[in-house]
Amino acid sequence: MTTSDHKAKGDAPDKAPKGREGSSFGIIVSFFLIGFGLSMAVGWIAFPKLLYSEKQQPFDFNHAIHMDLVDEGCESCHLFREDGTYAGVPTLDQCSGCHEDAQSDSPDEEIFVNEYVANQQEVPWLIYSKQPDCVFFSHAVHVKTAEMECAECHGDIGTSESLKVYRENRITGYSQDIWGANIAGLKKNTWDRMKMDDCGSCHLERMGSKGPCFQCHK
Amino acid sequence: MKKESSHEPGRKYGMVIDLDKCTGCGSCMVACMAENNVSFKEDESNKLDSITWMRVYRLTNNKPFPETEIRYLPRPCMHCGGKGDLGHSPCVSVCPATATDYDHKTGIVSQIYTRCFGCRYCMAACPYHARYFNWWDPIWPADLKKSLSPNVSPRMRGVVEKCSFCFHRYQLAMERAYNEDRRELEEAEYQTACTQACPAGAIVFGDLNNPDHAVHTLKDHPNAFRLLERLGTNPKVYYISDREWVRRSGDNYLNNEKTNTKPAVQEHHS
Repeated sequence: MTTSDHKAKGDAPDKAPKGREGSSFGIIVSFFLIGFGLSMAVGWIAFPKLLYSEKQQPFDFNHAIHMDLVDEGCESCHLFREDGTYAGVPTLDQCSGCHEDAQSDSPDEEIFVNEYVANQQEVPWLIYSKQPDCVFFSHAVHVKTAEMECAECHGDIGTSESLKVYRENRITGYSQDIWGANIAGLKKNTWDRMKMDDCGSCHLERMGSKGPCFQCHK
Repeated sequence: MKKESSHEPGRKYGMVIDLDKCTGCGSCMVACMAENNVSFKEDESNKLDSITWMRVYRLTNNKPFPETEIRYLPRPCMHCGGKGDLGHSPCVSVCPATATDYDHKTGIVSQIYTRCFGCRYCMAACPYHARYFNWWDPIWPADLKKSLSPNVSPRMRGVVEKCSFCFHRYQLAMERAYNEDRRELEEAEYQTACTQACPAGAIVFGDLNNPDHAVHTLKDHPNAFRLLERLGTNPKVYYISDREWVRRSGDNYLNNEKTNTKPAVQEHHS
């Protein structure tokens, strides 16, 4: 409408309406920017926070102290069974060998000894790197055959003094360590994310191929 | 780099089933279902949508009483290698989702349930009816869920499934081997559930490429044949029977055609 008005008036446009037009344009742009900013904030900051529920482990655990006391590093407690399968988190039997009674005045150990060892109850640890059940992963071939260090995939957990918060995806129920914390899909360390493509890229690099589907699926 | 992996000495797992030993008892079917968490319906009377990775078929020579003969034919997935074992299995070639692939290291055709979106092209392509569709989510009555095998992932509604030659047993056997610093498997270390369950010992399983395994020699038995050989699917399941009508029922012969007794007829196609 305004352009046809301008045409009717020739080369002498009215200055006042143009100023009003400019300010309304500014309002539209600023509304757009505010809306854009808000939706970006929701998508990139609020949603990733909302997506995960924070769960605490039953009690804290100090890997560093234990590492100093054992001889064979991680494998002293995180064992391979005789059939080659990996036992994962130690069972109560393994721990209660030393922890029949409290070894220190740590409140976490007190919880362990009084609530779990005394009642002969397994500790319901939350497993940060637990994969979906369609995934087959052999620790034996990575650790024994390929001679990889635990820290290559898991990071320096062996020297950590406390356990981090377990973040569970509210939709899938999987740990955040599987899907990755960064919503943009960026990762610095191997252990930031453990999805299929992360396994695949390492296999491609070291083995020359991602391998057949059944290599990692079951 | 990719070629390097295909140069590795390939295993080629396969089966030889002696139909003259098979009594049709169905132990293989039961063992397979229990081993692989195969779901079932509340009412299994309609077999059209039942899931049976291993299925025993009944063959008859269609002759009147004194000459009547019956044979039972257990039918797992044939794990077709395609011409020259290049992996062009009927199902693998048609899958638009790459939910099934051919493993050149073992010769096993995979099925990845989380990747499959249920178009069922593979079921149409498979000449052996070895593939099955999950029309419903599995329902495990009472505490049966607790007895599911953790080594096989259960399927969901809308995906195709089939016999995997108990591939999880291969994974576990290899894991043990790696732990003992080995890369080779003994014949007995990897056997399918149906093989072990067969009371008649009719099913023999092993590496067709390995001369130490029984299947290596059995597959060249003069009475050995494969199903629909002339399609060129190159299946890895061989059958043995001394009855010609049984061998003849393994393919679509013309009335005046001679029954082929040699298992390898690839030269007809190349």
